Amino acid sequence: MYEALTTQENQASAVIDIAQLSLTFPTSDGDVHALSDINLLINQGDFVSFIGPSGCGKTTLLRVIADLERATAGSIQVNGLSPAEARLARAYGYVFQAAALYPWRTIARNVALPLEIMGLNSRDIEQRVRHNLELVNLSGFEKKYPWQLSGGMQQRASIARALAVEPDLLLMDEPFGALDEIVRDHLNEQLLQLWAKTNKTVVFVTHSIPEAVYLSSRIVVMSPRPGRIHDIIDSDLPRERDLSIRETPEFLALANRVRDGLRAGHSYDEVA
Amino acid sequence: MSKTPAKVGRAAAWLPVATVVFGILLLWYVFAVVLNLPWEKSVATRAGTSPAMMSMVENTMRQERPVLPAPHQVVEEIINTTVKKKITSKRSLVFHAGITLSSSMLGFAMGTLLGILLAIAIVYNRALNKSLMPWIIASQTIPILAIAPMIIVVLNAVGIQGLLPKAFISMYLSFFPVVVGMVKGLNSPDRSHVDLMHTYSASPFQTFFKLRLPTSLPYLFTSMKVAVAISLVGAIVAELPTGAVAGLGARLLAGSYYGQTIQIWSALVVASVLAALLVMIVDLLGRWVNRRMGLARNDNAAAGAH
Amino acid sequence: MNDSTTREPSVPVASAAGGADVPKAYRYRSMERLLLPGTSAVALVSALMGGSLVVGMGLAIIGLLAFWLLTHSRLSAALITGYASTAAAWFLIGELDAGNSPGPGFWLQVVAAWAMAWACVEQLAAINTLSRFYQLLLNILIPLLFGLWLLILWELLTRGLNVPQVLLPSPSLIAERFTESTSILWADFQQTFLKAVLIGYALGCGSGFLVAVLIDRSPFLQRGLLPIGNLVSALPIVGVAPIMVMWFGFDWPSKAAVVVIMTFFPMLVNTVAGLSAAQPMQHDLMKTYAASYWQSLFKLRLPEALPFIFNALKINSTLAMIGAIVAEFFGTPTVGMGFRISTEVGRMNVDMVWAEIAVAALAGSLFYGAIALTERMLTFWHPSNRS
Repeated sequence: MYEALTTQENQASAVIDIAQLSLTFPTSDGDVHALSDINLLINQGDFVSFIGPSGCGKTTLLRVIADLERATAGSIQVNGLSPAEARLARAYGYVFQAAALYPWRTIARNVALPLEIMGLNSRDIEQRVRHNLELVNLSGFEKKYPWQLSGGMQQRASIARALAVEPDLLLMDEPFGALDEIVRDHLNEQLLQLWAKTNKTVVFVTHSIPEAVYLSSRIVVMSPRPGRIHDIIDSDLPRERDLSIRETPEFLALANRVRDGLRAGHSYDEVA
Repeated sequence: MSKTPAKVGRAAAWLPVATVVFGILLLWYVFAVVLNLPWEKSVATRAGTSPAMMSMVENTMRQERPVLPAPHQVVEEIINTTVKKKITSKRSLVFHAGITLSSSMLGFAMGTLLGILLAIAIVYNRALNKSLMPWIIASQTIPILAIAPMIIVVLNAVGIQGLLPKAFISMYLSFFPVVVGMVKGLNSPDRSHVDLMHTYSASPFQTFFKLRLPTSLPYLFTSMKVAVAISLVGAIVAELPTGAVAGLGARLLAGSYYGQTIQIWSALVVASVLAALLVMIVDLLGRWVNRRMGLARNDNAAAGAH
Repeated sequence: MNDSTTREPSVPVASAAGGADVPKAYRYRSMERLLLPGTSAVALVSALMGGSLVVGMGLAIIGLLAFWLLTHSRLSAALITGYASTAAAWFLIGELDAGNSPGPGFWLQVVAAWAMAWACVEQLAAINTLSRFYQLLLNILIPLLFGLWLLILWELLTRGLNVPQVLLPSPSLIAERFTESTSILWADFQQTFLKAVLIGYALGCGSGFLVAVLIDRSPFLQRGLLPIGNLVSALPIVGVAPIMVMWFGFDWPSKAAVVVIMTFFPMLVNTVAGLSAAQPMQHDLMKTYAASYWQSLFKLRLPEALPFIFNALKINSTLAMIGAIVAEFFGTPTVGMGFRISTEVGRMNVDMVWAEIAVAALAGSLFYGAIALTERMLTFWHPSNRS
């Protein structure tokens, strides 16, 4: 009943609608409950962060949305379609933990890769590549190879590659996890500007509390064994924000709420 | 996912291999029939008879000098010339295999020892490393096996005969991969491990025996597998120019002189089994040593390095 | 990389506090110090024992001069020792050309000149330069000098000791034979390399690659073929040569067939390994693009497999040469490198054999070099090729 109701009610504005979803991996030591009873609604224009300790299933949940894993129970819809249909319709852009750029392609040709696969003509490809490299401030680096750029620039190129598909939905799996703090701040700022400019829906996986609070309009706190949603926090911070917001009491209060949620869902004697 | 338990993987591992081997044997029979049938037909036309197709097909697997002997003919020949013959007999394949094996083993041992010693010299002498090492690497790109006949004949001319010239060829063939692999292995320790030895103020001997030598062992065994295989090839080729007296190479040559295809195939199969056994022994030895030294995890790392 | 060293009981050595110097690879050794004065001494004695006065005194003085220079400039020490030793070698070979029979003085001068050349190599090898260009130059020069001296010693020893030609002809004799018989060598090269090796290589590598791509979608077949392919590469496959000669006749097709069989499996095994070399994340990326099997094959997996494929191409270049030459030992028309080697050995024309081996070595290394160069061009992006 509940399932049918929510899906019907929210189909108009919901980009992602997850109900009673769970995922179990069979292993030699018995089943591992990677995700258990997940209910989540993500609306158009949301910036949603999944935060939690390792093993809480935040990356797995993102991969289920992207149809890189299949749920074993429950329902999930992306743009009103099944994840597989959404993937075939190229409904989302995905950014991985590592840039995963092809070393034998230049930056421009890396951004062009998904467009070539979609079968676009070369004029459109060229135009979209230029536009998206501009968006991530990488103009002038078209002819460079990925291994000639810094880690931060590589990750920006991979974001441009995800944007080049022109999806309404952007899935990001700890995209800045391997970068140093300064570069990370910088990219966070750029990402926010991008989000404000394009009004895309972003689902963002992180294990950094400040990053989650700074970026998100909603924060999903997850806890492990079994992987489940512990709390969903709506951010009351203004949509337009810059890095200085991190010193405000509102920000700190929000961060504390997230931290409390993480602590409650986490038992420290269990080692991941 | 790909997290299948190791036990299941191991149990299922032989099934695809067995299937492919079965497929190869089947193809072999098909080819044997196809390739040997024309001769059966020509025999029949010469005799003026027209036997049934089935009996002709059956006969294709019984010819004395088939174009391609059927697998069971080769197995029969191998059993006839191994189990059913005295080892001392000139017609015993065990006798011939023994001759080839002894010269290749002698050469392999000498080549490996020489290779290890030279590798140590190269690693500890920069001038040797810079002057000799490029030539050793370059020599891997040239067909050095081509000088085998010359070595045999020249050594024969100065009165060195029998085991030694063949062993010499096996030696220089197995020498090169061992040098290259061992130099790589001796240079393989991490920078941090070398630095650690420096902080202990270890002597060069201590660094060698406690760090360089142990880390080089996986590389050594990987190259020894190549070396043992190629030393057998060397011994077989070395038996060709001496006029086919004894050994597996001689059996191959004699078989090709007299069109004895079954003899060629059986010599070839025995040589292959021998090679496989030798490589397996070196492999097992390598695994055992690596396990003893707690290096088992590095098995693949070293095998991947070429 | 491993735990064996860290698992050792790591007791800090007491002398570490005593300021003992850190053991350094390639330390300046006493042997090196003795080499040049020793050379001078030997050169001096050689002049007294009937060797050429000019060479003896010259080497002695240059040895001492270089020894003194050593502390000031390695490069100049290396330059004068290199120059002096080569000049001495030229003079000594000239002595032999003039028909003088070598005495103990001559041999001592050979030893002195060689020791000085080695001192030159030691000095050149010890030079550390920051310039990439000079380092490259040195890395080429040093082995060239070493190879040149190998030839010089070979020439001096074979001629000075009157080694019978059937045992080991001198390099000059081989060179002479080489230039005299270029037409024969060219014909052999055409028969063996241009026909048997190249055609067999192309067919063997091509079919190995194709089969690898064909079985790409069947993990079952891969699991079955991989162990067999690995095993086969250890087997003495050249042994099929007599069978191939029976099947395909004496001419080059039978040799090409041997080459096909020898090169097939390394290519198969390497391509299969290469096609599975892409990281899971890369596969996921292609999946998020909803890429088809062929798209991810051509855009991701084949480029990722290139280093593996080139590895097989390089291994196979040597195998192909060996296969074609050895197969000719089992029967061939009266042309071909393997044929020439086996018949000229039988006739005791060892200089011709060496000339043929020189052709084989040259062809082999150029073949390999061409593939390695192509590899550098196509896999410039691979970590091992980035400069």
